[in-house]
Amino acid sequence: MENKAKQGLLPELWHLVRTHIRDYAMFIALAVIFILFGIFTNGNFLSPRNLTNLINQTGYIAVMAVAMTLILIIRQIDLSVGYAAGFTGAIAAILMVKAGIPFYITIPIILVLGIVIGLVEGSIISFIGVPAFVTTLAFEFIFRGLLSLVTSESGTIPIFDEGFNAISNGFVPDIGEVGGLHLLSLVVGALAVVLLVVSQIHNRQNLKKYNFEVVSLPVFIMKLVLMAALIGAVAVVLASYRGLSWTIVVVAVVTFIYNFMLNRTKLGRHIYGVGGNPEAAALAGINVKKIMLFCFASMGMMSALGGILFASRLQSASTTGGAGFELDAIASCYIGGVSTSGGVGKVTNTIIGALVIMSLTNGLNLMGVGIAYQYVIKGLIFIVAVALDVLSRRK
Amino acid sequence: MEDYILEMRNITKTFPGVRALDNVNFKVRRGEIHCLVGENGAGKSTLMKVLSGVWRYGTYTGDIVYNGEIQKYQSTKDSEAAGIAIISQELALIPDLSIHENIFFGHEIMNGRLINWNQTIIEARKYLKKVRLDVNPSMKIRDLRVGKQQLVEIAKALSKNAKLLILDEPTSSLNEDDSQNLLELLRELKADGVTSIMISHRLKEVVDIADTITVLRDGATICSMDGKTATMSDIIRNMVGREMEDIYPVRKKKEPGEVALELKDWTVYDPSLERTILDHVNMKIRHGEIVGMAGLMGAGRTELALSIFGNSPKYKLVSGEILVEGKPMSFRDPNAALRAGIAYATEDKKRNGLVLMQDIRFNVTISNLDALKEGLVINKNEEIVQVNSYRDSMNIKTPSIAQKVELLSGGNQQKVSLAKCLFVGPKVLLLDEPTRGIDVGAKYEIYTIMNRLADEGYSVLMISSDLPEILGMSDRIYVMAEGTITGEVSREEATEQVIMRLATKTHDVEETNNGE
Repeated sequence: MENKAKQGLLPELWHLVRTHIRDYAMFIALAVIFILFGIFTNGNFLSPRNLTNLINQTGYIAVMAVAMTLILIIRQIDLSVGYAAGFTGAIAAILMVKAGIPFYITIPIILVLGIVIGLVEGSIISFIGVPAFVTTLAFEFIFRGLLSLVTSESGTIPIFDEGFNAISNGFVPDIGEVGGLHLLSLVVGALAVVLLVVSQIHNRQNLKKYNFEVVSLPVFIMKLVLMAALIGAVAVVLASYRGLSWTIVVVAVVTFIYNFMLNRTKLGRHIYGVGGNPEAAALAGINVKKIMLFCFASMGMMSALGGILFASRLQSASTTGGAGFELDAIASCYIGGVSTSGGVGKVTNTIIGALVIMSLTNGLNLMGVGIAYQYVIKGLIFIVAVALDVLSRRK
Repeated sequence: MEDYILEMRNITKTFPGVRALDNVNFKVRRGEIHCLVGENGAGKSTLMKVLSGVWRYGTYTGDIVYNGEIQKYQSTKDSEAAGIAIISQELALIPDLSIHENIFFGHEIMNGRLINWNQTIIEARKYLKKVRLDVNPSMKIRDLRVGKQQLVEIAKALSKNAKLLILDEPTSSLNEDDSQNLLELLRELKADGVTSIMISHRLKEVVDIADTITVLRDGATICSMDGKTATMSDIIRNMVGREMEDIYPVRKKKEPGEVALELKDWTVYDPSLERTILDHVNMKIRHGEIVGMAGLMGAGRTELALSIFGNSPKYKLVSGEILVEGKPMSFRDPNAALRAGIAYATEDKKRNGLVLMQDIRFNVTISNLDALKEGLVINKNEEIVQVNSYRDSMNIKTPSIAQKVELLSGGNQQKVSLAKCLFVGPKVLLLDEPTRGIDVGAKYEIYTIMNRLADEGYSVLMISSDLPEILGMSDRIYVMAEGTITGEVSREEATEQVIMRLATKTHDVEETNNGE
């Protein structure tokens, strides 16, 4: 049903932009931010070094935002993730520094600790019925206190475990160099492009086979080229600095798993069902409480992963680590198009949202804007993003 | 010359596509108790909403003459100021405020710019005494049971100096004692000169208390009768007799199969209402049978379906058992009921039936994704093939199954709802008001589908408030009233009058009023 092709290319593009403005808004925002910061920082912002840095910096917010997407889809909220990340990061530091446990054992322990935290909060919310807002606000206080407690003697705990610190600072060992470019990044980038093209074409064939509406061929190719160019650009940027960072690998794996789970599994369908209409979901035989518990457990685990990435990045656990992460994570979701009334959201878009938020932090830092102004600017952008969402969904 | 406090003349009110009131004339004498009766959807509540200003002047045609003057209410505030107070089924009290705060909510007793709480409590006591409610005015509404909350509502109306009280099914959620108490109060208020209009489905009460009875049917006044002489049979005869405007597909007479679902002594208590909502219900549905479940609003039909469907957290099963194909079962939750082959399509598709923001495919398969699983993954191709086949067999009108459900018409949403039920591979379909709010053409399609399903051996329980539909579609009919089954009628015996008599039957009534 390529009926739109008959209208001509431009009208179709215009129709597409108009009807999907919400989906494209974050890309437009990202492009504007990149251009503006590129100008204001005399190109420093766009240097391979800074962009690699930006991606690594986004890592800990990105993984938390991915899990937060689920929480917001099912119409809940988690305000405790910031200090939960700080606290779990500090416990990781203590396990490694004071108990001498190697990082590859510490990390699973911390992730399990995160799951336990999420299960406790989730149980209070779904079984006792305390609203998520209240429960997680209380736990934010608790983790803030616990963080102070475990760091009270030592103050900031420096981490010397090189393996641990590499997660947010290191790069995947390279396989070679071509003209000053790191080969691995290029290969991975090329593979990603091939995978994208193959899966998109396959998808399109499938849709056509079952008579679903698809975009016309020229538009399809344009989209494909654009996406391929974006991946290519990222690959080249990474290759021209120090190659593929471990953070990218972690974020990519997390995003892939969550995306797969939401789109391809029964669990994912049930999450969207509960978010879209909890009463209908219950009557469809879905155990709403179980779904809530799962989402909070996943959130706890990703808070712990965020805590690990952040501690690794700073190579230490600070006494105030994690402050304000919850807002960055929630803002990433909303900028990425998760509906404020639940039921709608994609983790891939949330990653773009996280990139928008962290580009702001990074760019403003480069420009030498004080942290006080940064808070105000981020707060304003957060409100504008949500207001736009609310307006665009109004009938 | 009669002294009418109220005359509603030629009131016509239309909603998009429906004429809810059609030239209704309605006269109420000063100081009488006037009962308004009619089937579900006859227009009683709409008429009262017009009167009280919920539907403001200009949204209807015709005149409201109150105390001899034409009224042009813009809101309920205007009608209240004129002394008209409406007490609707959903009480308008604030649960967490005290009785005295509620009584004077919106017309607080002031002392300059501050509320005079002492005076408020003194006045509240006075009005509570008037409605014979002996409680501390500082108690929270939440801590009163429904019957007493209703009295507070009346006290509130009296505190506003109401001269005309409108009560919309005031006794439907009350137990016997509270009902009698309320009726007694209405008689006392009448002695004080307060006029009451009462909407009620309980015809026994109506003949007991009414000075005048007006019957509405399909948005038109059928007649007004003298309450002293009217019998229940008179009322019923006037309530029924809707024209068979819808045509029903021919239902081939077939011998039904084995019993698919049976309930024995099914008694259910609702803790939130503090009431037994289902009382020793016995029923069975056979394979290949369409069983109609008739009854008036609040008879407990939806509650029956939900309690079968494993909605246990809200209801408490007191006694009884459920048998599916002869095997005793118990359902902890809807999922257990679905796995046992019981599917339920709710009456309110928008609120708790479908996920409107998702597409047809998502909604049809959500209850039984296991059927599409290959390992961890949902087989989307298989899903598309299967949902497409439902789209074709049910004739769901849509460009594709990727269409969001919120964009479909009511009839097509209903078909999606049916497809969703069928996708779990059920034995028994509990369909709650399957054709409410959809147009005639779509109704016919739904009926055809239901017939086909019965022919294929499914057992269908059709809960419906639409009498012609019950008569036109059912092989057998159960009638419910006040949480009990008051009768079982075969297709051959069924007439509107028979069903309406059973639907208005209450515990304590012997059929003595039956002079035809």
